[in-house]
Amino acid sequence: MDYIEPHAHMISRTMDDYQQMALTGCVALSEPAFWAGWDRQSADSFEDYFRQLTEFEPTRAAQFGIQHYTWLCLNPKEGENRDMARQVLARIPKFLERPNVLGIGEIGLNRNTLREMETLRDHIALAIEHRSMILIHTPHLEDKYKGTKLIIRTLQSFQNLDPKRVMIDHAEEHTIEMIRDNGFRCGLTLYPNTKVSLARAADIIEMHSAEGIYVNSACDWGFSVPVAIPQFIMEMRRRKHSEATIRKVVYENPIAFFSQVPNFNLARASESVPRNLKELVYVD
Amino acid sequence: MGNIDSCCPLPLHRIVDEYFAESRNKLLELAAFFDRLDRACDAADPDGEFRVVALKRAARVLLEPGPQRVKRMALMLSDPTEEPRGYLDRKAAWGAYSGNGEGV
Ligand SMILES: [Zn+2]
Repeated sequence: MDYIEPHAHMISRTMDDYQQMALTGCVALSEPAFWAGWDRQSADSFEDYFRQLTEFEPTRAAQFGIQHYTWLCLNPKEGENRDMARQVLARIPKFLERPNVLGIGEIGLNRNTLREMETLRDHIALAIEHRSMILIHTPHLEDKYKGTKLIIRTLQSFQNLDPKRVMIDHAEEHTIEMIRDNGFRCGLTLYPNTKVSLARAADIIEMHSAEGIYVNSACDWGFSVPVAIPQFIMEMRRRKHSEATIRKVVYENPIAFFSQVPNFNLARASESVPRNLKELVYVD
Repeated sequence: MGNIDSCCPLPLHRIVDEYFAESRNKLLELAAFFDRLDRACDAADPDGEFRVVALKRAARVLLEPGPQRVKRMALMLSDPTEEPRGYLDRKAAWGAYSGNGEGV
């Protein structure tokens, strides 16, 4: 079954991972800007990262026939550094017009601090100014419930923000209702060990319906599974869910959400992107 | 509230067939974790660790009637406070609420 991976940090992954994703039916993916695992030292580092996300990574993906889209921001793990956030935010607008950019993300909260909240607000304001969609990272573990509430309250403090253009990701059993009841789109992240499993994601969809929900691997440099979505497809088939329901979650819902941005065009194929890395960079 | 009555497409005996062995194993893994804590080389009291206490408290929900046991457990392991933290205590979450929304 064709699928779309809406949340994958591919700069941390190898060509082998791209190959596995392509072999299992991945036709497009979106890569939110994320933490490098350590704090960057300058806004220049972010600029290089944004170039990687908008130039190099789409080319790598195109080699496997996968469309690569992206989201730009200073992530919540570094949101505490207000000075850095201001410098990075000033550099984002010039990248927003690039052809694979879907919007601002993944922004949100990490430990629910006051400074993280300020950085979140600045990003939302930037998104509204540029009529960009938003991808939200909700905090983990004990911080998730409070953080999701704070994020929703912050989003709602902005007038003219259409919740249908905001995806709130890493939802769990105790946060999904507040996300959907307030009109936001909802992402479930499939984790190998410590958070929502394949089975729990299927449970959540059974209990709350497949409307406006997508699943993702959020694969990055940590323990994560780039082919978590095809594994989820198998989990749903194990339970005898219809192919139509599965397709809605792994293909139609991400398309419906992304299609609100003119840049997203599944029919375009990857022709506008050089398929050969050597056209763009020197590779041994 | 979502439609929590939506059913799993499998009949009960098939759910048990599919998920019993792995669920049994997860329960034994949890027991092994508690046993391991008792065998810690410093003989420290496991109940002196807020995460262990929180996990034991949440485990009681397992035997309570449904629905939404997962949600109830997750809420028991969550920070219930409303206001943002004044400062960043650490980058990563603990997994259970320490009792102090301002951080440990
Ligand atoms: Zn992510």
